[in-house]
Amino acid sequence: MARKDFLDIVSLDRAEIIHLLDQAVPFKDLFTRSVKKVPALKGKTVLMLFYEPSTRTLSSFEVAAKRLSADVTIFDVPHSSVTKGESVRDTIDTLQAMRADYIVVRHRLSGQPAAIARQTNASVINAGDGAHAHPTQALLDAFTLREVYPELPGRKVVIMGDILHSRVARSTSTILDKLGVEVAFCGPGSLVPKTRFKRFTNYNEAMTWGPDAVYQLRVQKERQDAPFYPSDREYHSVYGITEDRLKEISDKGIYVMHPGPINRGVELCDAVLDYKRCLISQQVENGIAARMAVLFGLKPDLKNEPS
Amino acid sequence: MSIALDPAAMSAAIDRLAAQIFSAADGEAIDLIGIRSRGDEVAERVFVKLVERGAQARLGFLDISLYRDDYEHLSSNPTLQSSSIDFPIDGSHIVLVDDVIFTGRTIRAALDALFDYGRPAKVDLAVLIDRGHREIPVEPRFVGEQLKTDRMDRVDVSLEKIDGKDAVEIITQ
Repeated sequence: MARKDFLDIVSLDRAEIIHLLDQAVPFKDLFTRSVKKVPALKGKTVLMLFYEPSTRTLSSFEVAAKRLSADVTIFDVPHSSVTKGESVRDTIDTLQAMRADYIVVRHRLSGQPAAIARQTNASVINAGDGAHAHPTQALLDAFTLREVYPELPGRKVVIMGDILHSRVARSTSTILDKLGVEVAFCGPGSLVPKTRFKRFTNYNEAMTWGPDAVYQLRVQKERQDAPFYPSDREYHSVYGITEDRLKEISDKGIYVMHPGPINRGVELCDAVLDYKRCLISQQVENGIAARMAVLFGLKPDLKNEPS
Repeated sequence: MSIALDPAAMSAAIDRLAAQIFSAADGEAIDLIGIRSRGDEVAERVFVKLVERGAQARLGFLDISLYRDDYEHLSSNPTLQSSSIDFPIDGSHIVLVDDVIFTGRTIRAALDALFDYGRPAKVDLAVLIDRGHREIPVEPRFVGEQLKTDRMDRVDVSLEKIDGKDAVEIITQ
């Protein structure tokens, strides 16, 4: 029996994750055909409900839904009745009346997508909620890493940056862990919580650990009320991939990943983008395939549809 | 349950299919595309026979799961397999291959899928078993064996590579 909603990685078991990763492969194969679209979700409605700004995730979901032949409506929150004071609950009742089959939600509050999922028969997909989860990002990250390392167990990935406030760090570390990858966090002491994963506060120590991939998080300037580091240049020299560090990464054959959008000269120097083991653009392409697999894998609760 | 075809009869049916396809091609190139799953193994075995006869043939596989019309009735969506068609199909003469033709709906889905890869000059259909009871106007040009069945019967095709044995069974409901 298929799931109705896709809310986090924690509640998926390893077999479900492997199934989704396997399903994403034939979807990616479609991208090289002259017709990239399949009729699988013909006549279905996908509503995008983004309470936080997003360009990449929103358009990735939009492309994924359209390649499945679904009809896509973007519920433009900043211009909607939400700004007139409508509650999330009332908004969902409105969307329910529109008979959406899938609702893709991004919200600054952790748990909001789960609350919506309980209220609607539509399948709800979490596109990022607060510092809680970003499960489709985790899926595309695991898919991308699996393309370069078909045998994931025993591989090592260090996730670097502001771990504490990052839903990407949380979801991606969880999925990699479930797939048998060794995960470590690295960042400023105050921003790396103590978890069961290895913890580094020094870049060089993390590299001595011998990672197969370095996952740089985005410095989220818009999320920090007070900056956690003195300047961009300072961050770059302490935790960023500088030209010198890129040489070491290249010599060791380490892959570089990043969820985007990148801050040049902060997390990464320009040269990283031309590095042959930089997986950033593959992550973007794979995001569409992973999201198609998620949409195709869910089953809205049609039996209880309101009359 | 009754055995409709034993291994020898299945082998003969595949030979008949290959012979029909070979003579219809009249020396022209043949592009076989097997429909997953089981149509792919039938296509593979026909392909071997064609090559033995000296035909110029190519082989591809098509997964049609994303083109089905019955998702609403399934509790979970089908597991996808990769399609693999390594040759351009524009202008080519394609022979679609499946194990059984019943309502014809699978073939409709396969044609939709195929035409998203390009525009073949011609498409023929070859099936190992025709069990009748069509619901849409689709007819195979090449047939290995005709079986008389009841609408409610189930026809189970087992193939050596995928199921470990060769057999066609009719299961009466």
